[in-house]
Amino acid sequence: MTVEDLLEKQTEETERQAALENRILCCTAAGCVSCGADGIRGAIAGEIKAQGREGKVEVCGTGCMGLCSQGPLVLSAADRKLYGNVTAADAAALVSPNPIDRQALAPREIDLGAPFFIKQTKIVLANSGRVDPERLDDYIAAGGYQALAKALNEMTPKETVEAVRKSGLRGRGGAGYPTGLKWELVAKQAAPVKYVVCNADEGDPGAFMDRSVLEGDPHRVLEGMAIAGYAVGAQQGYIYVRGEYGLAIQRLQTAIKQAEREHLLGSRILEQGFQFRIDLRIGAGAFVCGEETALIASIEGKRGQPRQRPPYPPESGLWGAPTLINNVETFANIPAIVEKGAEWFSAIGTANSKGTKVFALAGKIVNTGLIEVPMGATLREILFEIGGGIPSGKFKAAQTGGPSGGCIPEQFLDVPVDYESLARIGSIMGSGGLIVMDETSCMVDVARFFMEFCMEESCGKCIPCRTGTVQMYDILRRMTTGEADEDDLAMLKGLSELLRETSLCGLGQTAPNPVVSTLKYFAGEYEAHIRDHRCPAGHCGLEAKEATR
Amino acid sequence: MSVKTLEIDGKMVTGMAGETIFSVAWEHGIHIPRLCHIGGISDVGACRLCMVEVEGQRKLQAACLTQIEEGMVVRTDTPRLKAHRKLIVELLMAERNHICAVCVANGACELQELARSMGIDHVRLRYRFPVFPVDTSNERFGMDHNRCVLCTRCVRVCDEVEGAHTWDVFGRGAGSRIISDLGEPWGASESCTGCGKCVQVCPTGALFDKGKTVAEMRKDRGFLKYIVTAREKKQWIG
Repeated sequence: MTVEDLLEKQTEETERQAALENRILCCTAAGCVSCGADGIRGAIAGEIKAQGREGKVEVCGTGCMGLCSQGPLVLSAADRKLYGNVTAADAAALVSPNPIDRQALAPREIDLGAPFFIKQTKIVLANSGRVDPERLDDYIAAGGYQALAKALNEMTPKETVEAVRKSGLRGRGGAGYPTGLKWELVAKQAAPVKYVVCNADEGDPGAFMDRSVLEGDPHRVLEGMAIAGYAVGAQQGYIYVRGEYGLAIQRLQTAIKQAEREHLLGSRILEQGFQFRIDLRIGAGAFVCGEETALIASIEGKRGQPRQRPPYPPESGLWGAPTLINNVETFANIPAIVEKGAEWFSAIGTANSKGTKVFALAGKIVNTGLIEVPMGATLREILFEIGGGIPSGKFKAAQTGGPSGGCIPEQFLDVPVDYESLARIGSIMGSGGLIVMDETSCMVDVARFFMEFCMEESCGKCIPCRTGTVQMYDILRRMTTGEADEDDLAMLKGLSELLRETSLCGLGQTAPNPVVSTLKYFAGEYEAHIRDHRCPAGHCGLEAKEATR
Repeated sequence: MSVKTLEIDGKMVTGMAGETIFSVAWEHGIHIPRLCHIGGISDVGACRLCMVEVEGQRKLQAACLTQIEEGMVVRTDTPRLKAHRKLIVELLMAERNHICAVCVANGACELQELARSMGIDHVRLRYRFPVFPVDTSNERFGMDHNRCVLCTRCVRVCDEVEGAHTWDVFGRGAGSRIISDLGEPWGASESCTGCGKCVQVCPTGALFDKGKTVAEMRKDRGFLKYIVTAREKKQWIG
């Protein structure tokens, strides 16, 4: 496929879609699939046949439309109406041309003018609700692969790196390292072989951002990686995706095959000199393999455990070659930056955190689901306007950054959500998990939960993490069963410091964060557990039975 | 190769470019504690006992993996580092079943010596008392996982010096265990050459000669230096 073919394909597909009377898009992300979206899609397809509407109405899948709590979601494209909690019985009405039939759907309709939708800014998720992740033509119709064409035709690799640098994009995996700087480091290495790696080993409890992007718009990630390959001088890319993401793996495999067949990946991309292959590597269930050096070891076929940095991967990564590792969401931002320019991107967000961030809203919140907001939005906007507030009772804390993050109390609801601001209040941006807690949540128990996670996910290489997490978990567990005393609290603090300062990798260094932040903002709760053997949230009594097993 | 001058604990020292803080410090009589490092094999930075403060660096650095730089100012023995090291040794003591009174390596154990030198007379943490097996299937040696600190010296010496790669690590976290081949009993291992290098480098009584009783196991750690030096100087060829 040449660039001309690409444009022709876009026109052709756009016209084909415009000629249809309606396109019905069923959410086929994991959340909706788990509540029966496949059956609904089948029922709609059946109805199209039954009502003889083939060629006029089309049903297809699409990526996550965000409001997971009301799934399965179905979007009627012609009249831009979104329906929630759809059942197979609604299929007939959805397909019917008769407006009276369609009125039966009114109770299912979700207001697209609600704050949940209008307060969001979509870059990474722009194609969710527009594009069928299993059809390359759909992605092309939405302007797909034109950023790659632009980079190859109009920009030198150096200019591409420069565009990313100027955009101010920072790593979306959590640490927020400037992406352009990382690209520059790899591009500058004079090595014959370089690699581009996409980190799709998303493992934080409650986080499903990368999963949704891969399931909903796999071509966007592939395109971002190909542009990265061109910019840094790599011909091989790997996507390291966790084995639990079966649907994402399947969609990626389909997308890679489609793109290779059309010469959008592989050799002679867009009939030009550039070649770039992408292969999948499937993780086997270790959280620590999301750490870049452990991830590299795992791709190399070794035991997935981290090693000391430096050298950092841009200098010596996969098989010792310069390696660019970015997160899924980071790559998903690239096509838009290349296409619309660095200025456009850097106009969104705050002074030091540009663009948008995808969050997975979970926990005690009305609208659980997937959202994308500009950097700098406040937690209050995210939780109470977009999220719809706390269903019953009072907001207590929001947890960002998963097991590496912290709990943010009420007094910081108006802090803008960007890398620096979150770090200042003892949490981190993280990859985008946002767990909301109300007054029934016990903060000691929250800390215990995350410590248990780190303990189970520690690789066992360095002593502080391997055995420190065991001891910290034990202390926290005993706090929730009323068996801990003041000495334990002091030891908990000592171990927190030890892990933070001496652990080998990020997992151990940040494992104490949930403990440290809850100790800082909810010290009274710890004291109540230790001195009075009482849980102010009234939550631990239940946990006690489970914890002493 | 160029010479670098740096300051360690207030003492001006010199080393060759590429050398680590750890090796330069030891050369100059500054004995930074360690457990996973042993001269002659690669370093992994797993025990975290050799962490040092480097001026201008926010994070502590593992001395065994950090190369010296011109003008570096290193401190190896601050109260903060001492407190961390003590807690690490206590964590190890509580992790498995280190009961010196019945150990073959009593009196010649690096873990015991570390605890003694740090003045550890009790452990502030709860002992875990896990149940681990003892593998005595090998004709000449034994492996007691209860005394293993997972330093992986045995894994590295077997792979890098003997070239057999009999040992490796199985499982993860606190459940990690050293295994021979693919988890077979040591005696059934087809790759093991029976050289015993792993037994000699093991810092505790986890790997031992059969037939030794309490406090009888003495290890020869000098052999490694001899082998590696001889190999580098090609003393065995021709």
